[in-house]
Amino acid sequence: MLVRSLKSAALTSAVFALAGCQGGVLDPKGQVGVDEKYLIIISTLLMLLVVIPVIVMTLYFAWKYREGRNEVYAPKWAHSSKIETIVWLVPITIILILGVITWRSTHALDPYKPLAEKSDALTVEVVSLNWKWLFIYPEQGIASVNELVIPTDVPVQFKITSESTMNSFFIPQLGSQIYSMAGMQTKLHLIANEPGTYEGFSANYSGAGFTGMKFETRATDNKGFDQWVASIKQDSPMLDDVRYGQLAQPSENHPVEYFGSVSDGLFHQIINKYMQNYNDWNTHSPHSSGESELSDMSDHSDMPEMSNTEATSSEHSAAQPAVTDVEGA
Amino acid sequence: MSLLGKLTLDAIPYHEPIIMVTLAIVGIAGVAVALAITKFKKWGVLWRDWITSVDHKRLGVMYIILAMIMLIRGFSDAIMMRTQLAMATSGAEGYLPPEHYDQIFTAHGVIMIMFMAMPFMIGLMNIALPLQIGARDVAFPFLNNLSFWLAAGGAILINLSLGLGEFAKTGWLAYPPLSETSFSPGVGVDYYIWALQISGIGTLLTGVNFLVTVFKMRAPGMKLMQMPIFTWTCTWANILIVASFPILTAVLGLLTLDRYLDFHFFTNEAGGNAMMYINLFWAWGHPEVYILILPAFGIFSEVISTFTGKRLFGYNSMVWASGAISILGFIVWLHHFFTMGASANVNAFFGVMTMIIAVPTGVKLFNWLFTMYRGRLRLAVPVLWTLGFMVTFTIGGMTGVLLAVPGADYVLHNSLFLIAHFHNTIIGGAVFGYLAGFAYWFPKAMGFHLNERLGKAAFWCWQIGFYVAFMPLYVLGFLGMTRRLNHTNNPDWNIWLYIACIGAFIIMIGIVLQFIQLYLAFRDREQNRDLTGDPWNGHTLEWSTASPPQFYNFAELPDVHDIDAFTDMKEKGIAYSRPHRYEPIHMPRNTAAGVLIAAAITAFGFAAVWHIGWLALAGLVGSVAFLIQRAYDNDVDYYVQPDEIAQVESQHINKVEEATA
Amino acid sequence: MSTLTRAEFLADEAHRQVEGQEHEHHHDTGENTIFGFWIYLMTDCLLFASVFATYAVLYMNTAGGVSGKDIFDLKYVGVETAALLFSSITYGFAMISAYRQNRPATMSWLLVTFALGAIFIGMEINEFHHLILEGNGPNRSAFLSSFFALVGMHGLHVTAGLIWMVVMMLEVLKRGLGQQTVTRLNCLSLFWHFLDIVWVCVFTVVYLMGVAS
Repeated sequence: MLVRSLKSAALTSAVFALAGCQGGVLDPKGQVGVDEKYLIIISTLLMLLVVIPVIVMTLYFAWKYREGRNEVYAPKWAHSSKIETIVWLVPITIILILGVITWRSTHALDPYKPLAEKSDALTVEVVSLNWKWLFIYPEQGIASVNELVIPTDVPVQFKITSESTMNSFFIPQLGSQIYSMAGMQTKLHLIANEPGTYEGFSANYSGAGFTGMKFETRATDNKGFDQWVASIKQDSPMLDDVRYGQLAQPSENHPVEYFGSVSDGLFHQIINKYMQNYNDWNTHSPHSSGESELSDMSDHSDMPEMSNTEATSSEHSAAQPAVTDVEGA
Repeated sequence: MSLLGKLTLDAIPYHEPIIMVTLAIVGIAGVAVALAITKFKKWGVLWRDWITSVDHKRLGVMYIILAMIMLIRGFSDAIMMRTQLAMATSGAEGYLPPEHYDQIFTAHGVIMIMFMAMPFMIGLMNIALPLQIGARDVAFPFLNNLSFWLAAGGAILINLSLGLGEFAKTGWLAYPPLSETSFSPGVGVDYYIWALQISGIGTLLTGVNFLVTVFKMRAPGMKLMQMPIFTWTCTWANILIVASFPILTAVLGLLTLDRYLDFHFFTNEAGGNAMMYINLFWAWGHPEVYILILPAFGIFSEVISTFTGKRLFGYNSMVWASGAISILGFIVWLHHFFTMGASANVNAFFGVMTMIIAVPTGVKLFNWLFTMYRGRLRLAVPVLWTLGFMVTFTIGGMTGVLLAVPGADYVLHNSLFLIAHFHNTIIGGAVFGYLAGFAYWFPKAMGFHLNERLGKAAFWCWQIGFYVAFMPLYVLGFLGMTRRLNHTNNPDWNIWLYIACIGAFIIMIGIVLQFIQLYLAFRDREQNRDLTGDPWNGHTLEWSTASPPQFYNFAELPDVHDIDAFTDMKEKGIAYSRPHRYEPIHMPRNTAAGVLIAAAITAFGFAAVWHIGWLALAGLVGSVAFLIQRAYDNDVDYYVQPDEIAQVESQHINKVEEATA
Repeated sequence: MSTLTRAEFLADEAHRQVEGQEHEHHHDTGENTIFGFWIYLMTDCLLFASVFATYAVLYMNTAGGVSGKDIFDLKYVGVETAALLFSSITYGFAMISAYRQNRPATMSWLLVTFALGAIFIGMEINEFHHLILEGNGPNRSAFLSSFFALVGMHGLHVTAGLIWMVVMMLEVLKRGLGQQTVTRLNCLSLFWHFLDIVWVCVFTVVYLMGVAS
């Protein structure tokens, strides 16, 4: 009994705590996060349909059939087709429903899928370094370290790679996370629907300075964003190879930095540095040009997507249609 | 290169007071134990009857002792982490710098999985499985001894890392490129590699050994579908061991080549691909968690059916549900990295496959429920663990299915929600199961009872401590706290971190009570002898032997006609019968070969960590030499004569008759 | 590591076999050994499968260096392959002789097998040596890493098999062809044929497909 009361106490306090909480994945500020929150709630409720009866039955049966009570005793009773059918069917039904939800939600929430929003998408190139985050805004020609500023209600396309170890790019209040890996590009689409400041960090341990690998995400209106860009353009240094080399040196709790301009193609240069050289691949494979992103992904279905080919040759051809689609919508 | 390779006096962490104090305590305790053994003149006994033993029951006991020692080590790590996180809030740094803290969480994971849970599980399997199938020993007794010493060798290596050098600072998964030389140049990852590799090979040999035992050495008449359920779940676990541990061997081998010979499997440079490591690692790692949990499921089944005084409900369902879990366990590994960028189809497929595992698991829970139904449940300690498991594991299963939904995992991955989930299943499932099995088979293995009151107190501390320690982690996961942080700066998190820390201390009380319980049991063993060998009115063959069982297990191999073979014998009135005459019993002799080979291999591992060429060579050649020597040793067995058997048996049966009269 | 695994079997088998030889009523012990050895071979098979998978993932990652068709000489590898395949046949003859309790014939066939195996290993070492001298060692690229690891792992197995064969020849010489020895020869036979099958896969996947692509 104690167990059950403890559990319900824990659950109740948890619910209260979460309801009033600031930040975290149950306090989403963007469409992706909101969808994921409801997915969590619906799946949990669905499972509670079985979980609660099982817990109640466990305690009830243990109490009812304990030694010393004169309940029915059937020591040889060990089979009942009726019960066995039910105990197989109940979980199967729940999992069937949950499976359908999973299949649909996974496609709907695919981090690689551009968000169908009316306004133009913003592209941010993200590089994880030991131990800080570099954000390059290719369209604006600026870059920042450990600070991410995005306009609200504008879908953001993140192209993510790593200079060193593997990290995970994660802003809990906006939704999904995705790994950053050297020599590869991963993608993530998020949107902020409310202005505010949201904590972002690496969600995959990457060494000594991992704890300090945090950044603030500020979502402002378009005007605020433009002002921010303009202010950086005005009085910040350039991020060239030399400056990037210094940045790539390991450092902990790195302060926020801005760069008013970025040397051309820096992001691709970073990826190419560690590219696994597919010399046969690039000349003979159909992937070398013009392939759409979707088919590229499904072709790698046995392995997580490696975007190297995309990074070299099909990068622009592949990324561009995605943006134009959004424009056309 | 010096004679000691990279090893110098600087490898001893003088500057870490915590480690030095620990080493001092371990040193003093070690000397005290050695002195005690000398004083009571027990070295000979220790060597002849234990270290060189090929008896599965003694090896089982040694496995569990190893597991308990490593539990102390792994749990100390846990307490240190929880106190660090409770102290290092609101921007404070705490008392453990990342340099030390990162080793602690890596060691905690490796130790708890590979050197606490695995030996505990294999120990229980060693004690019970051959008895359950009516065998006199396992198929390859010498190999069994070697397996144990390989596991112990791995454990020794991991403990050496505490005082010599460092342990890995990579997390227990040792993901490259972080675990590659360029980011982890120290010896920590090398300790990790060799400790895991050596103990892993021991585990692999255990798997092969027990599969042959189960398929070839069952008592006459015992069909596969009459094997006790614990034997069945162990068999599925052994199939998983045999099918998954080679992948671990391979992936560790490839990482070794990267680190020692400058290969490029998983490096950033020259075309390496770290994702390959992650895939291979989890292709072992996921089946591994089922290797841990399936035998625990078997223990719960045995406990429930024994203590309700009933047959197990739905035996066939149970067997096939375990099989389904084993097979499905092999095709879900990708759910450990939904966030690596696989396509929606791939993620959805692996998510759905993972959920399907909930079906056979759910069936098992219902079957346990209906075993209790219309039974007479005695609320003994093993039953408390079982009930605690059924409640706790259900919650862990639910959060597991939630994490299997990729859309949910995108925000919960690597968060403390995940940490809460897997502790919920591993503690609330596997560890509760082993502790149930420990209380259940303790009288069988040792010949006397545990202290019931302390056992119950320990259970409640574990149970309450578990909820207090881990429910807050679910909350913290939702609040966006990720794992492996060294310190935090978020006032909303503080209260939950404090509560979790308190929970860890409650669990600590539970562990301490468990050890006091053991001490009391040993102190009062004469009053608490189990004379009948059947303290719980058991169903299966292990209860038909004396406690502790005769060294040859069965004077005559039993004839089996039922799943509950011993119940069947008791009902037919043929239990404890005295045959007219006994046949001589063929027994293997104890041998030092196992411990010598394992010592040579461990020396090789140590030499490899520190790049000591001559020692590595000596270890390698030594192990092969000991092996060949063993192969041509003719004095490996003997016969127990009928007179001796008759004497041992009549002593046992007299005791039973006295006790039941 | 697999060397040890196999060798441990050898030792344990020795232990069981002594029983089988001396006490005929323990009829199942040799059978247990063979069954256990089969399970071991399955685990070894998975070990190879893991490294094969790694090779399949990495073989195009040449990092600007050579690819398979630049370095593979099919004629050379063909001779190597022939040596190993023939050694399987000759081992078969050794087993037939052992069953017929013909000690000299068993010894000679084992010697022939050993020689063929040694030729195979010698040629492989030579191939590796040349590659490394030309700057195409395993540290050049992920492709070469996985090539050296896969082929080298098979080579290590064959080497271990050769050492085992020497031990067995000494045993046959000293102890004759008792039941225990025949069981051990049987295990080595399984091992040897297994390595042959693995080599056929290596030859096809690495060399033939490497040159074709």
